[in-house]
Amino acid sequence: MSVLLKHITKIFKDPNNTAKEFTAVKDVNLDVHEGEMVTFLGPSGCGKTTTLRVISGFESPTEGEVWISGKMVNNDPPNKRDTSMVFQSYAIFPHLSVSQNIGFGLDLKGISKKEIRTQVETIMEVMNFKDLYNRRPDQLSGGQQQRVALARAIINKPKVLLFDEPLSNLDAKLRDQMRIEIRRIQQTFGITSIYVTHDQDEAMTVSDRIMVMNEGEVMQIGTPFEIYSRPANTFVSDFIGRVNFFPATVISAGTDGVVVKCFGQQRVIPSWNGEFVKDEQVNIVLRPESLILGKLEAGKPFAKGVIKRSVYLGPTVEYEIELEGMDALMLAVTYNPVKEGFYRDGEKIQIDFDPVSAHVLPR
Amino acid sequence: MKEKIRELRLMAKDPLLLTVVLVIFASVILFILYPLFKVIIVSVFPDGAFSLSMLGKVVSSWHLRTAFLNSLLMGTLTAVLGSLVGFIFAFTITRTNIPCKKFFNLIAIIPIISPPFIGALAIIMLFGNNGLISSTILGLTNTRIYGIRGLLFAQVITFFPVAYITLKGVLESISPTLEDAAMDLGGSRFKVFRKVTLPLAVPGIASAMLILFVETLADFGNPLILAGSRFSILSVQAYLEITGMYNLSKGAAIAFILLIPSMTAFLLQKYWVSKKQYITITGKPTTSSIKLVSPRVTWILFAVLSLFAAVIIMIYLTIIWGAFANTWGNDNTLTLRHFAYVFGVGFGAVTDTIIIAGLATPISGILGMVIAFLVVRKKFPGKHALEFSSMLSFAVPGTVIGIGYVLAFNSRPLVLTGTLAILLINFIFRYVPVGIQSGIAVLRQVDPSIEEAAIDLGADSQTTFKKITLPLMIPAFFSGLIYSFVRAMTAISAAIFLVSSQWNLMTVQIMSQVNSGRLGAAAAFSLVLVMIILLAILLIRSLLTYKYGKLGGTFMKI
Ligand SMILES: Nc1ncnc2c1ncn2[C@@H]1O[C@H](COP(=O)(O)OP(=O)(O)OP(=O)(O)O)[C@@H](O)[C@H]1O
Ligand SMILES: [Mg+2]
Repeated sequence: MSVLLKHITKIFKDPNNTAKEFTAVKDVNLDVHEGEMVTFLGPSGCGKTTTLRVISGFESPTEGEVWISGKMVNNDPPNKRDTSMVFQSYAIFPHLSVSQNIGFGLDLKGISKKEIRTQVETIMEVMNFKDLYNRRPDQLSGGQQQRVALARAIINKPKVLLFDEPLSNLDAKLRDQMRIEIRRIQQTFGITSIYVTHDQDEAMTVSDRIMVMNEGEVMQIGTPFEIYSRPANTFVSDFIGRVNFFPATVISAGTDGVVVKCFGQQRVIPSWNGEFVKDEQVNIVLRPESLILGKLEAGKPFAKGVIKRSVYLGPTVEYEIELEGMDALMLAVTYNPVKEGFYRDGEKIQIDFDPVSAHVLPR
Repeated sequence: MKEKIRELRLMAKDPLLLTVVLVIFASVILFILYPLFKVIIVSVFPDGAFSLSMLGKVVSSWHLRTAFLNSLLMGTLTAVLGSLVGFIFAFTITRTNIPCKKFFNLIAIIPIISPPFIGALAIIMLFGNNGLISSTILGLTNTRIYGIRGLLFAQVITFFPVAYITLKGVLESISPTLEDAAMDLGGSRFKVFRKVTLPLAVPGIASAMLILFVETLADFGNPLILAGSRFSILSVQAYLEITGMYNLSKGAAIAFILLIPSMTAFLLQKYWVSKKQYITITGKPTTSSIKLVSPRVTWILFAVLSLFAAVIIMIYLTIIWGAFANTWGNDNTLTLRHFAYVFGVGFGAVTDTIIIAGLATPISGILGMVIAFLVVRKKFPGKHALEFSSMLSFAVPGTVIGIGYVLAFNSRPLVLTGTLAILLINFIFRYVPVGIQSGIAVLRQVDPSIEEAAIDLGADSQTTFKKITLPLMIPAFFSGLIYSFVRAMTAISAAIFLVSSQWNLMTVQIMSQVNSGRLGAAAAFSLVLVMIILLAILLIRSLLTYKYGKLGGTFMKI
């Protein structure tokens, strides 16, 4: 129980027109455990930054409570909260050298120059950029500035580290490297962390748990596995990864799964959430890689279709498929095409799926 | 309401911020609002009871009504002509490839670092009754330079640089690529100028005109020397009423009337024109499009600029010559006796001026930075009121402020008249808007997360300001400092009411030398004044490069 958010709501008022309000964060509840890394993931403007700033103290919540390490901190200003933030823009002090930047927090605490020097050197050593000790910020690359910002936050041994899209200014390759680096350092120091991003790959890589947000509300909180394969609702399933929806009707719901009817066939699909009632309109949710493609054969496949378009990506091939009896195109991915073989555009195929990789959501 | 209470509660957690805000509020109220309030009170309570009789007297007086109309006329004409000249300078320098751009830029800036009435002084020396041109060369005995023509000429020369600086910023921020695009679409040069450049510059021009209008209304030096009795000006009338007739309430009533047009112009500028600005004035200079102006027009513009440059150079040469001439107009042999006077009998005023400007400027600069910081970065109740009232001394004519100070601080419990304090306080609060504006401009450029990062690392607001914000503001701080030092050194309109036998100012000295006909001494004083300013600028500059040499230029980039 390192960070606890209780019913956090943040309403912004238009400074020119106080009657006009905007709810940026709506009733967010979250419990971050000691040493855990939780990611806030969601589309632009969904309130991730605002929630983070409420935790750090730069915004005060309109309603709700922020607890850090068992203490209610609503009335503590940011400098009294034991949190350290890594800003999207890095916010490196432009008039201080790299070592002065990193040592800034220690200097404030009145620690001796010698001690600061040792600590700064140690952390720069651990993070592999000791050679930049005396550089000035304008002589740093984006990735190096990012390291300085991270080191500056970590050196104070805060109870909570907060990251606001720390990698969004870096190029793709460096981003991949740095997120592994951030995860490594976070785990090395065991610091409870909250990480804001709108990049789902990044969220999957670094997090213990992900909190998906939309329009200020929490959509789901769960491990990367849960978020991807057990999405709680249509928004999450659609936002994380790519997905196919097959409209279906509930026949019966029992303890071992839901029986649904789709394309005139009945299927039993394991159910993890929600109670369904008979005749309820639902979607069978299937990831592209869960669709099993096959040459059209006699018998009764789940569905029949035609390949509209295929894209060869090396390790995978992606197909857009037009199914009989459905308007929307389906997306399928096959792996290891050399071994599995290709389907040509216009080829007639059939599809099926393994019930464990499927999922039912209310429509 | 709930927000307000929360803001208050947050402030209570930060006692220093609370104290600073309270002290600033108190001093703004006491030293900016209270004197203005006093002017209004004294003019509507002339004998202790409410009455509009004093205002009525002023309005119904034919003489004062004329003075009021004259002031408005002069303000309008100066605004139009000054902005026109400023625009020609700015346009030529940003949009053509004439030779000697640096020189013309310097010419347009020099009048700013001189006492505002140097133009008037030179005009008298050239065209006055004993003038070099009028009397010595042409042999005229009665010149007609006193009055509207001479005054207008002096005002335009004095104030066009202000318009120039504003408009240069505006034109630089209009990307020449827009003009290129318009020409590319087939517009002729003149059409492009009329349809693209000019419309984009219009808000800037309007803003420059309003600034000039306010400054001219407030100006005191040139009219006192040049207006004469034929063309009376309201600010001068207020002065005469107070120092000549000792009629405080009538002076206050005149000041009150003077306040109306300048406040109107200020509000127009602040709430209407500045909102229409397409691009902020602090744009990055872009390489100018040389194609917009045809070679023929370029040479015409060059000729116009050269003409103005010649006039300005002539003014300064006249002052220099006058400072060394024995008796201007009668005996122009060279002598050092005027300088002997300045460094002898008159030296008290020199040291006083340096002490006052030297003390007031840094205090006002720091105060300006602090207010800018609070206004941009902090939330507290009454923030907008604070910003507005601290910018107010821009709009209020110096004459009105001077009279307000006399009225406010010559009775218990605050008897300050005649002291160093009253001059200092007056200067500090008069020039604080300069600091506020340059501070606000810089802070808007500094990413707020830089300060948040410091707070996040445990710094309180005081430490953040000292260790992060202030160092980032240093360049703006010093350029604001130079500007307000110049203004403090050359100020007269408010100060003339506040000087005493103990504390006197060079500008006031120059004024009284002119009035008693000792033009040589006035010229010598002016020259020394300009020298001191140049020296101070040089000093601050070299101090800055010495201390922040490496950093100075670069740390604004991030
Ligand atoms: N100070 C403010 N005043 C008014 N509205 C605000 C303020 N700060 C944020 N908002 C609004 O609140 C909403 C959420 O903003 P927030 O910055 O939290 O989004 P975000 O999820 O971080 O988005 P992004 O991924 O684009 O950074 C946005 O619609 C934003 O316009
Ligand atoms: Mg954000």
